[in-house]
Amino acid sequence: MEKKIYLDNAATTKTRPEVVEAMLPYFTELYGNPSSIYEFSAQVKRGIDEARAKVAKVIGAESSEIFFTGGGTEADNWALKAVAEVYASKGNHIITSKIEHHAILHTCEYLEKNGVEVTYIDVDENGIIKLDQLERAIRPTTILISVMFANNEIGTIQPIKEIGAIAKKHDILFHTDAVQAFGQVPIDVNEMNIDMLSASAHKLNGPKGIGCLYIRKGIKLRSFIHGGGQERKRRAGTENVPGIIGFGKAAEIALETMEERARKEIRLRDLLMKRILDEIPFVRVNGDKVRRLPNNVNVSFQFIEGESLLIMLDMNNICASSGSACTSGSLDPSHVLLAIGLPHEIAHGSLRLTVGHENTEEEINFTVDRIKEIVEKLRRMSPLYEDFMKKKQ
Amino acid sequence: MYSQKVMDHFTNPRNVGEIENASGVGTVGNAKCGDIMRMYLDIDDNGVIRDVKFKTFGCGAAVATSSMATELVKGKTIQEALKVTNKAVMEALDGLPSVKVHCSLLAEEAIHAALWDYAEKKGIKIEGLDKPKSDIHEDEEQEED
Repeated sequence: MEKKIYLDNAATTKTRPEVVEAMLPYFTELYGNPSSIYEFSAQVKRGIDEARAKVAKVIGAESSEIFFTGGGTEADNWALKAVAEVYASKGNHIITSKIEHHAILHTCEYLEKNGVEVTYIDVDENGIIKLDQLERAIRPTTILISVMFANNEIGTIQPIKEIGAIAKKHDILFHTDAVQAFGQVPIDVNEMNIDMLSASAHKLNGPKGIGCLYIRKGIKLRSFIHGGGQERKRRAGTENVPGIIGFGKAAEIALETMEERARKEIRLRDLLMKRILDEIPFVRVNGDKVRRLPNNVNVSFQFIEGESLLIMLDMNNICASSGSACTSGSLDPSHVLLAIGLPHEIAHGSLRLTVGHENTEEEINFTVDRIKEIVEKLRRMSPLYEDFMKKKQ
Repeated sequence: MYSQKVMDHFTNPRNVGEIENASGVGTVGNAKCGDIMRMYLDIDDNGVIRDVKFKTFGCGAAVATSSMATELVKGKTIQEALKVTNKAVMEALDGLPSVKVHCSLLAEEAIHAALWDYAEKKGIKIEGLDKPKSDIHEDEEQEED
């Protein structure tokens, strides 16, 4: 097979042609600055308003509660840093989980250096946050709970509604990094008591460099980027108009196609997992088997190392990712895999495959066939496998 | 990110396998850090490395450096093999990305560990060979990005 097989949709996705088409006029004819007074710019402003409404609809929010940002990372930074600052008089304690994205974890580390106290809640062996521990961690000084909607590595979906209920009961703000979940699974900010939510367009077949922070009406949050009065004075800087239009279109399509896409992706995901588990020995699935994103497969192959596996898959034109340390250049494997209790050597042998709506069963079968060959080849040269087989004899 | 030579040695590694009743076997690295290298040496009575095999758990660079290291010591005397440094292995591979330099240290260490094992079995002392560290990473500072 010469064609590329893209199985890394949690990293980013291909921008849909309809999205590109919707964006194009905003580069050429509709280039006016939305802040300007003339009708030419008002047209652009209307485009932004429509896009905002489409994004809001995905999570059951009001248009006025959506603030566009430069992506999910900016939204996460904004939520955490601004809450820490604005609510400093109320307290200085934030609760989060051990398996957050680095956009949250590294922001928390930064805040800790500036006098904020952070509690990192454990997850169980499937990656689900320990709710009892979370509730016990609440202090009178707790100002924010931030727990991701779904994990980017292992696909585990958190009990967001329950966390929202706990936050509400204790009158604490609740933020969720929903970058992996937005447009993929149903989200209702009111039903789930979500006060703030981060999303990113390029994870749902939209463009890169655009995301948003949903901020519930009534929540005071200072501006993160200072300058002009854009985004109702909460996010300065001339709008990324084509990006916003593209995000709106991608959000609209994602919502319309959610059920059908999920059905297809779950079928491919389950085929991938089943064949890997059935046909390759000494392998485990990481993440919750039921509470899982429709597109996520994460497995660990014993006795082999993930980067080797990725390079060999790449030579077969298959794009995937791994939680191995070698892929990041650090010595430690993924913090998520360690948090769910995997020993280092098993975490090093992890492989993440995230399917998209364009993948086919044929591609999945081809991929599993290659994985089988590669795992066998790598095990033949693994001293760990040699030791294991000798012990068995 | 890897040179053509690294890719060549990774995809077609030379001398993979084991040697039964090897003159010396050395295992270095640890699974925690994601790489383990094991080297088998068959050394004749004249102290010449007649055959060499390896097994490696690790990334592309770890496999390629193991493969290259076996090529560099094959047919050499013990003293010549001792001169195969991590730098020599890296140069022979047309370089490694900076985050992968530690893999080449592992290759040098594996040669030394196998020679040390040979010397112990033989009850001899090899000039210029110190007892290898049991864990290549134990002195290394962990780096965060």
